Amino acid sequence: MEEGVVNEILQGPLRDVFDSKQLITDISGSGNNWAVGHKVFGSLYQEQILEKLRKSAEHCDCLQCFFIIHSMGGGTGSGLGTFLLKMLKDEFPDVYRFVTSVYPSGEDDVITSPYNSILAMKELNEHADCVLPIDNQSLFDIISKIDLMVNSGKLGTTIKPKSLVTSSAGAVKKRHQKPFDAMNNIVANLLLNLTSSARFEGSLNMDLNEISMNLVPFPQLHYLVSSLTPLYTLADVNIPTRRLDQMFSDAFSKDHQLIRADPKHSLYLACALMVRGNVQVSDLRRNIERLKPSLQFVSWNQEGWKTSLCSVPPVGHSHSLLALANNTCVKPTFMELRERFMRLYKKKAHLHHYLQIEGMEESCFMEALSSLSGLIEEYNQLDATKSMPVEDFPRLSVAM
Amino acid sequence: MSVVTVQLGQCGNQIGFEVFDALYTDSHCPHGLCSKRENEAYQASCKERFFSEEENGVPIARAILVDMEPKVTSQTLSKAAQSGRWKYGQHSCFCQKQGSGNNWAYGYSVHGPRHEESIMNLIQKEVEKCDSLSGFFIIMSMAGGTGSGLGAFVTQKLQDQYSNSLKMNHIIWPYGTGEVIVQNYNSILTLSHLYRSSDALLVHENDAVHKICAKLMNIKQISFSDINQVLAHQLGSVFQPTYSVEGSCHYRRNPLGDLMENLVPHPEFKMLGIRNIPQMSENSLAYSTFTWAGLLKYLRQMLISNSKMEEGIDWHVRPPLSRLPTLGKASLNRELQFNTSIANLVILRGKDVHSADLGGFKDPALYTSWLKPINAFNVWKTQRAFSKYEKSAALVSNSQFLLKPLDTIVGKAWNMFASKAYIHQYTKFGLEEEDFLDSFTLLEQVVASYCNL
Repeated sequence: MEEGVVNEILQGPLRDVFDSKQLITDISGSGNNWAVGHKVFGSLYQEQILEKLRKSAEHCDCLQCFFIIHSMGGGTGSGLGTFLLKMLKDEFPDVYRFVTSVYPSGEDDVITSPYNSILAMKELNEHADCVLPIDNQSLFDIISKIDLMVNSGKLGTTIKPKSLVTSSAGAVKKRHQKPFDAMNNIVANLLLNLTSSARFEGSLNMDLNEISMNLVPFPQLHYLVSSLTPLYTLADVNIPTRRLDQMFSDAFSKDHQLIRADPKHSLYLACALMVRGNVQVSDLRRNIERLKPSLQFVSWNQEGWKTSLCSVPPVGHSHSLLALANNTCVKPTFMELRERFMRLYKKKAHLHHYLQIEGMEESCFMEALSSLSGLIEEYNQLDATKSMPVEDFPRLSVAM
Repeated sequence: MSVVTVQLGQCGNQIGFEVFDALYTDSHCPHGLCSKRENEAYQASCKERFFSEEENGVPIARAILVDMEPKVTSQTLSKAAQSGRWKYGQHSCFCQKQGSGNNWAYGYSVHGPRHEESIMNLIQKEVEKCDSLSGFFIIMSMAGGTGSGLGAFVTQKLQDQYSNSLKMNHIIWPYGTGEVIVQNYNSILTLSHLYRSSDALLVHENDAVHKICAKLMNIKQISFSDINQVLAHQLGSVFQPTYSVEGSCHYRRNPLGDLMENLVPHPEFKMLGIRNIPQMSENSLAYSTFTWAGLLKYLRQMLISNSKMEEGIDWHVRPPLSRLPTLGKASLNRELQFNTSIANLVILRGKDVHSADLGGFKDPALYTSWLKPINAFNVWKTQRAFSKYEKSAALVSNSQFLLKPLDTIVGKAWNMFASKAYIHQYTKFGLEEEDFLDSFTLLEQVVASYCNL
């Protein structure tokens, strides 16, 4: 809802990739206000957005899924983004809606981000098929780790002197000038790997509709924690390759997750492993057997693994792994968000910016809060089953 | 008589390719170890069953390829065409774009009715190419969405449209530790539906074939391609021609009919399994010689101890003494882990077949009390060797071998169902909880029937 970013893209190296007719911009921005994004710009641009969506959809032989990429803490991405989400659900009910949401970190500089995030969460709860939460702090930590790997002596003999990487001292500085580029690269990798099996051949394909089918056991619980190995940004393809089994171990380490979460010490509802490159089914099985004992799965899904093998590895690597987990470790993120929300809301701080928008009332906030609390409660109930012994339900008995 | 193969889903199509390749390669194998005339009769018989002829002489597989997304079928078609030896028909393929999402309900309730006409038309065209039809061989997996759901639908339609022809479904039992999270739901829905509309279910377990690759074939990094090749080898050893009553150079005409007649005497018991001996890598084969006595001894013990391969057999399991009354025998068998059979078929291929002694398989103690060995046991032979094995024996068996895996899958699916997990994904496409309950009931019945043999 402001022109700066879109204009930059249109003038940048990828300008030809985007159809300039499929852009909608405004001038003033949403002022980091979910209500402005959702209610004001939503109704203002509804027709235009719908028209452009229909146009894009017509080009498709078979439309399977929408990707929504936005942040939760601001005004446009959060407000208009979730407005769009609802519109997609109404207009194209059979098409899957995958949402990649950047959640605000603790040290976020947008004061109203908790309000925006909670208001957006309600929409995600109700209208999204699958949400992949990401947070900036985790991305930043990952980038720092990559920099450490690149600049330390861990390169070994694979990197030649004066190559692109070793002369990256200058590049590193450059990268820090635009820190989000490197961090966004990670998210881009996530989306690449997510769609690799749909785009390339493999011995065990996995389409996007299979992600929702296998990883969402109950409609509300559709938040998936993602982790990538190996870690690299597209500018640093010369990271030394890790041993195959190490790659699988890394995927479950908390340093590789794209949000602050530790899946190993929480409860798994389901887990998907999407492998790319020269990896065969026996490698997959060996690693699952090896890692299974250290992970806790919910009682009714003890073997809750979904796997896929894509033959084509990412550029510059021989193999890679994307793990998607439906795990109760998302709970802390949501609880922190609620905490920050309550701190602001108790004092009614900045509330008037929202309430002055037509259609916004205090009840909107209360509903959003209760939606989030409901979600947290579901995770609590699941966590409570963690230490309980696994019992089989009595089977049907048949007369012989 | 000819067999029309329907390959469904990624699994079905990947396997189908390996099967036709194995059949073709074997029938054109120069090491037939028999006379030229014999070899030619064998080739002709194989061709009649599985291939049709084109003008330029390249055999065309009698098969339909069906998948709900295009990558696998186009790969399969081009792999066959590139080989230059055989290929699939140009118009034998039906595919869509969006896949089935591992959802049985989507495959069965959405894709099925939507594409019924196109698929059945393709099958009809293939059937018309046959002088006479032995029946249908349907290759599918249980764990996914297309093979399982659409496979169940197509089988039902074949039942309606070709009620006089036989249908054998080749089912892939998934790995115990998930390939697909909802595989147990998909499996029970598939099995219960197929039990009503199919004539026989020929099962291959991924776990078992994987072990064969690891232990017998010595493959280090096992791929699905390796697994499918072992599988195809086993199928080939069953489906390649064998002598009819008249003896050499006269081959059986109705492979499916004969299989059903010998192995499925009662509609409650439809689950068949294959064991094959010997199975080894090319390197090991060079240093091995076999006798029929040795091979059959191992095969028999594999049957009664429910072993899937010739390594790691439990030699302690013995058939019970036949003097015991029927009731006592059933419970004792369970303790001894003895695998009771309903019917067995042994297929022998290679040198000196006529000298093989099959007495061990005619012991009444191996079989359930309501069938005599003379009806329960059959043997097919041919002098023509199979693949690279001078002597090879296959056993197709209707026995308790799948009892434990079936029970396990039903149990896991039941636990998940009791928690209502993932049910919304199925009810979204027209399935109801009632349908699940029906499936569970039918399968508990099957489990109980096999248990009480």
